[in-house]
Amino acid sequence: MSVTLFIEQLINGLQLGTMLFLMASGLTLVFGVMGLINLAHGSFYMVGAYATALATAATGSFFTGLVAGVLVAAAVGALVELIVIRRLYHRPHLDQVLATFALILIFSEGTRWLFGSSPLWLSPPQSLTGFVTLPGGARYPLYRLVIIGVGIAVAIGLYLLISRTRLGMRIRAGESDREMIGALGVNIARLYTLVFAMGAALAGLAGAMVGALQSVQVGMGEPVLILAFVVIVIGGIGSIKGALFGAVLVGVVDTLGRVFLPALFRNFMSPSEAAGVGAALAAMLIYILMAVILAFKPKGLFAANG
Amino acid sequence: MDKLKTGIIAPPGLPAMPARWFDRKGLVQIGLLALLLLAPLAAYLLGHIYYINLASRITVIAMAAVGLNLAIGYGGMVSFGHAAYFGLGGYVAGISAYHAFDFTPFMSWPVAIPGSDSMLVIWLAAILLCGLLALAIGAISLRTTGVYFIMITLAFAQMMYYFANSWPSYGGEDGLPIYLRNTLPLVDTNQPLVFFLICFAGLLLSMAITSRLMKSRFGAALTMARLNDTRLATAGISPYPIRLMAFVISAMITGLAGALYADLNGFISPTMLSWHFSGELMVIVILGGVGRLYGPLAGAILFVMMETLLGGLTEYWKLFLGLMLLCVVLFAKHGVMGWLAGRERNE
Amino acid sequence: MSESVLSLTRLYKRFGALQATHDVSLDLQPGEIHALIGPNGAGKSTLIGQIAGSLRPDEGSVHLAGKEITALNVSQRARLGLGRSFQISSLAEPLSVMRNVMIGVQALQGHSFRFWTPVSRDESLQAPAREALERMRLGHRAWTPVSELSHGERRQVEVACALALKPRVLLLDEPMAGLGPEGTAQLTELLEALKQEVPILLIEHDMEAVFRLADRISVLVAGSIIAQGDSATIRRDPHVREAYLGD
Repeated sequence: MSVTLFIEQLINGLQLGTMLFLMASGLTLVFGVMGLINLAHGSFYMVGAYATALATAATGSFFTGLVAGVLVAAAVGALVELIVIRRLYHRPHLDQVLATFALILIFSEGTRWLFGSSPLWLSPPQSLTGFVTLPGGARYPLYRLVIIGVGIAVAIGLYLLISRTRLGMRIRAGESDREMIGALGVNIARLYTLVFAMGAALAGLAGAMVGALQSVQVGMGEPVLILAFVVIVIGGIGSIKGALFGAVLVGVVDTLGRVFLPALFRNFMSPSEAAGVGAALAAMLIYILMAVILAFKPKGLFAANG
Repeated sequence: MDKLKTGIIAPPGLPAMPARWFDRKGLVQIGLLALLLLAPLAAYLLGHIYYINLASRITVIAMAAVGLNLAIGYGGMVSFGHAAYFGLGGYVAGISAYHAFDFTPFMSWPVAIPGSDSMLVIWLAAILLCGLLALAIGAISLRTTGVYFIMITLAFAQMMYYFANSWPSYGGEDGLPIYLRNTLPLVDTNQPLVFFLICFAGLLLSMAITSRLMKSRFGAALTMARLNDTRLATAGISPYPIRLMAFVISAMITGLAGALYADLNGFISPTMLSWHFSGELMVIVILGGVGRLYGPLAGAILFVMMETLLGGLTEYWKLFLGLMLLCVVLFAKHGVMGWLAGRERNE
Repeated sequence: MSESVLSLTRLYKRFGALQATHDVSLDLQPGEIHALIGPNGAGKSTLIGQIAGSLRPDEGSVHLAGKEITALNVSQRARLGLGRSFQISSLAEPLSVMRNVMIGVQALQGHSFRFWTPVSRDESLQAPAREALERMRLGHRAWTPVSELSHGERRQVEVACALALKPRVLLLDEPMAGLGPEGTAQLTELLEALKQEVPILLIEHDMEAVFRLADRISVLVAGSIIAQGDSATIRRDPHVREAYLGD
């Protein structure tokens, strides 16, 4: 394996990691602050991608489309919170799982009904389609680097928001003591809607950016959602730091595993066998990683609440 | 004095008032079973094979849900990964039939294991393997609680899904056909009605086991683990092995249902392992009435009928399933059985 | 020392900067009620946790009937004969009183992995449970769901659950809390009758009951035992009066 290939795949892993972070941070915030497990988070990813694709097609500008996509995802998130989610905060997790599973069915089938089963067309803007020459000589797509940049910017933004602002203070207070924050006179209902919409916006942003890279279609959010679950379980549910760490870990391990495990098995197997075994093991790799981490730390690496 | 008092009040039955066949609950239960048994018999007499297979589908899915109900309803363990056992059971049937059909060994080293087209062998293997898988997954997952447990069981099922998807030997994501339905001695399993009766016997057996189990000492401990595990530990019984055992039995029942499902469809694919199926199984348990013996059956009848009737009308029937599920979760918490047969009374 | 059924030897427990238990030694002799009193925040709950097994001490040891149990968990200690009641009711609400007590009998017999015989017809489970209930004068409530019991009756069921384990030691955490004068009087009488059979470590707020029941009293303040002795001694002790009785 060459160094350039390794660097290239490492960056691919980072890019997957930043996407996962955008998904996982919303999930983990919603769980940390409201105690809610939200399966429908992947639907906001899909909504963001669809809205971006439609708005881009209508206006001809990817950036306008992206802004519209994020706003639509946030609005849909707020609406869902107002209509359904807020009835679930004091319910058992089983009810939360089922209700948000129902939301997935509604969103997925509703989208299929409105826009059909075939993927929508969305591609990165002309200005970002070029390549960048990496140290070592490999040429790497600029757009993927931009995604990583956006992910890092969001991470920094979230950190500043939570550690420096009044809203962040309320979120932290909400995580540690839900009763207390009510006693302080904070409008909890509004805070919850805001946090939920923010999570939906981040998911929508991720969906829009990845949609331009892969394809915009029904069900696109589900694989990412489950990876995001693995991320927050590894990182510790409720912890933003854990989400960041877990996302990068999962992104890099998954990407490198898929590329290098089959190569590794070629050393002592026939190429076709190595491809099969390698691919199968690579697909299981992050789950094995999760199992090992949980065997030692049942509450994840950065457990937020004890 | 006190002894006199206790003598007067006769203890009612445990753990729930036994259903007499003539009370509302008893009638509903007998009605559901009779419906499930008589509908395919009528279809057989009228020559509608399609409806016999539909009844088999309901029966097998109900059986898978009986397994999940033991974990969720009776054990309080919200497993979001029971597709793993359903799929493993299915793959056992499919892979075994594949090798029997090809006359190739499943394994030649370190021990030679040939394929088999005998349902008895397949069922035994499915039950054992699902038990082992559940033992491993449960041992890790049950160290955690709440949301962690939900997500971890989901993640392990996804691991199985992706494994089946990318392992090329048995069809990968395309799945694997079972060309000839597996066999049982003395009967012709290819007869739809015979196969239905096999499934029906399996469902009855799994319900009888659940019922008996929950009335036993083990069931008493499991109930206490669900309601109040501090009480159980303080009494001197560790909740962990009790839960783990229930989780394993639950997976075995669902796995056996998976093996039957593979034979019913003559086809296996990673779809059986997908998280959608885990979710739908949960939906069935909840629609029917969680923690009730006949809940999974009621839920499966409702689910498959909706799938068939609504699915015949619109391609987007799951949209309506989603809306209905949302309403049930938000407004009607006791499921079909709660609605038909009244609330479950404890003692 | 060899005679005592329960002994704590030099227990220490620290949470961050807080020394919750500081050099606590205490023992319980056969046939006695030993009361542990102390103001809120004195570290009683932490100490109970270390006796019952939900917390591990940082240093020191706990012995039950001569056997070291410091490293055992809650259910292992229960099986060795430590029965306890909780300050906040820990009963399974939807189940009957009988079912709550029977689980202890079942644990005692050690047959929780029996899958076939229904408990509803198992006299070997029901008879001892009924006996424990009748000790607490609750026989007539055996088949009532816990959710329908009065507060006082729940406290009695808690004790009956502990008794069903045929314990060597009873650890009762504020059994009188929330009881009216009548309930307190009744429970006092019941415990008085019980102590010859099972020695009791009683953690209690109700001073009158403590002074009436306890053969010995230990006073816990800020994680340390500041006085130990019979009720007369404790009543007179100037440290206790200062720290606890507020004089």
